[in-house]
Formats: sequence, structure tokens, C-alpha cells
Amino acid sequence: MNRALWLWGILFALWLLLSGHFETLFIVFGLVTCTVAVWVSVRMGVVDRESMPVHLLGRAVAYVPWLVWEVFKSNVRVARIILSPRMRLDPSIVHFRASQATDLGRFIYANSITLTPGTVTTGVTGDDMEVHAIVQSEIDGSEENDMNRRVAVLEGKDPK
Amino acid sequence: MEMAVTALTWVLLMAGAFFLLTGALGMVRLPDVFTRMHAAGMTDTMGAGLILAGLLVHTLAGGGDLAAVPVRLLLILGFLWFTSPIATHATAKAALSGGVRPFTLAGEGSGAREPAPGEAFSAGQSGEREGGATS
Amino acid sequence: MFAVTAAALLVAMVLAMCRALLGPTAYDRVLALNNIGTKTVVLIAVLGFLNGRPDFLDLAIAYALINFIGTIAVLKYIEYGDLGAPSRPGGEAD
Repeated sequence: MNRALWLWGILFALWLLLSGHFETLFIVFGLVTCTVAVWVSVRMGVVDRESMPVHLLGRAVAYVPWLVWEVFKSNVRVARIILSPRMRLDPSIVHFRASQATDLGRFIYANSITLTPGTVTTGVTGDDMEVHAIVQSEIDGSEENDMNRRVAVLEGKDPK
Repeated sequence: MEMAVTALTWVLLMAGAFFLLTGALGMVRLPDVFTRMHAAGMTDTMGAGLILAGLLVHTLAGGGDLAAVPVRLLLILGFLWFTSPIATHATAKAALSGGVRPFTLAGEGSGAREPAPGEAFSAGQSGEREGGATS
Repeated sequence: MFAVTAAALLVAMVLAMCRALLGPTAYDRVLALNNIGTKTVVLIAVLGFLNGRPDFLDLAIAYALINFIGTIAVLKYIEYGDLGAPSRPGGEAD
């Protein structure tokens, strides 16, 4: 129920911000539309922990800036590889073990890996991540483990 | 103040254009579809991200209708950052299951498509056969 | 400065279009087209600013949505040869 209210709030805020009209008629249209949309979503049973992960919102505030910085660093690294005259590639497929407890956590971890250039998740089976890396030697170390740990913290595990 | 904002906008837009062009160059230079994905990821994340950030700085400094434009820019940015890894992953997974062997230094795979088991395959068409027609 | 950014975007799109034409596999083409789509989204936004009409951003949002759905649809068609196919061979339709 709480999640349905969150969904309603987000939808209505979007309605107001994107329409830019604040006349009574448009606001009433917005109220009705958002209510119908939320009602249909609840009836379909798609408003749950995975589709509305509002419980992660607080910790995501800490995670997203770190991820953006990480994406920037690996962008610079891949740009240097591409711009060097002899591209020093060593592409290969490596495997990681994900330590997240839920599917949602693994989803966030896999997407974070793919979002950072230089690593692309090609498959997830259970807690095994199959990752294609553009330079094999650069990623097997601490960095991916750091991301793994941070996603686990984002998901609710106590930071050690 | 005015100067600083203009300079910051320039820096963000040009940095975005740099990553964009580097990624596009990588799309042409890199040897196979999997390595090209990393170049495509660069344009999707930093190229688009920095250019949209530049537009955001320009709007916020310029005043005007503050609610409408920044919200739309952030929506586009958020949407791109959410969907680009999903599209990339879908491409990688489809390419793997479609029989593309990743390029490696050891030279096992060439990035060309190999025939699926039991599939009729003629040598002259390697790589040019579009998958899916037979399934 | 928006004109310079738009020019860079167009050059990058031409390079990606080269990859889409060269192939060699269908996946290279899909990847290149998805990439061109992303650049188109940014280009629409930049052109809106260039012309002083930020309402172009609505078009950019719509294009971002269509681009993502289109890529997934093309990939599904390549992989299964049928847009109505179940997501896993032998699995249940979802």
C-alpha cells in the first residue's frame, strides 16, 4: 500500500512538472489519470519490492555518486585504450561471484557492471556473473569486489 | 559569474563531445562486437551524460522556466543511464547465443559468426548470414 | 557552442553508421543502430537549445523510449525469428 502511494506521488509529480499547466481542470485530469494508473498496477500485482524499490532510496543517495565517479574513471581508461595507436586489448570472459542476497541486488550489480565501460555482463546464473572485459588484467582486482560490496550495502547488508 | 558559467558549459559540452567521438572511433576501430560494446557504452554514459549536464548548467544559470527544462533533462539522463546497460546486455547475450565467438588475443574467435549446430552453412557467407531466419 | 556539439554528434553518428553498414554480424548493426539512437536523443536536445526551443526535449524523451523498445524488439526478432515467441525456447510465454 505504501508503495502504491509512492507510485501515485511520483506519477502525479511527473504530471504536474511535465504539463506545466496548473489550472483546476488539468489538475483534476491528472488526479484521475494517476489514480486509475495506480489502481490498474495494483490489480495487476506489479507494485512490489522489485518494481518500486523505494526502500533503497536513502542508501542510493550514497551509491549513485560513487557509481558516476567510477563510470567516469573507467571511461577515461577505455578512451585511452581506443586512442592509443596500438590498441592494447586483452578481451576475455571472466566470472565473478555476486554476494547480494536478492535478485534485485544482483540486477543492480549486473547493471552497474555493464554501465561502467570496459566491462559488460553477458550472463547471470544464480550468483555467478559472466562478464566480458576489454582488458582482462585491469578488472580482476579490487575494483569489482568494491562494487560488489557496495551494492550489497545498498541492498541492506551491514557495512563491515 | 557569467564567465564562469559559460566556461563550465563549454567544458562540459566539449568533454561530452570528446567521449562521444572517442566512442564512435572505437566503434570503427575495435575488432569485434563485444569490444565495440565498451565503446558504445562510453557514448551512452559519459558522452550523453556530460552533454546533458552542460545543457543543465546552461539552463540553471540562464534562469527562465526553471521547472520544465531541468526536469526533462534529468528524465532523459536517468532514462538513458537505466536503459543503456539493459540494451547492451541484451545485445551481448543475443550475440553469444547467436554463435558469435568473442575476439581474444589467443586468436580463438574472430568475431565472425559460426554456424549453429545442425545449421546449413556455406563458407562464402560467414558473418553475413543474418541470424534468426532459420529458427 | 551548441552548434559545435551538434556537429560533433553528427560526426559520431556518421562513424556509427559506417559500423552499421559494415557489419559484419547482425549484432554489430543492432549495436550501432542503438548507439545512433542514443546520439539522436542528445542531438534533439541540443538542437532544441540551438534554436531556443527547449520544448524539443519532449521529443527527446519520446525518442529515448522508442529507441530502447525498438532495440529490444529487433534483438528478440533476430534471436527467435518471431516477436510473439516465448522468451526462452521451450519456456512459458511471459
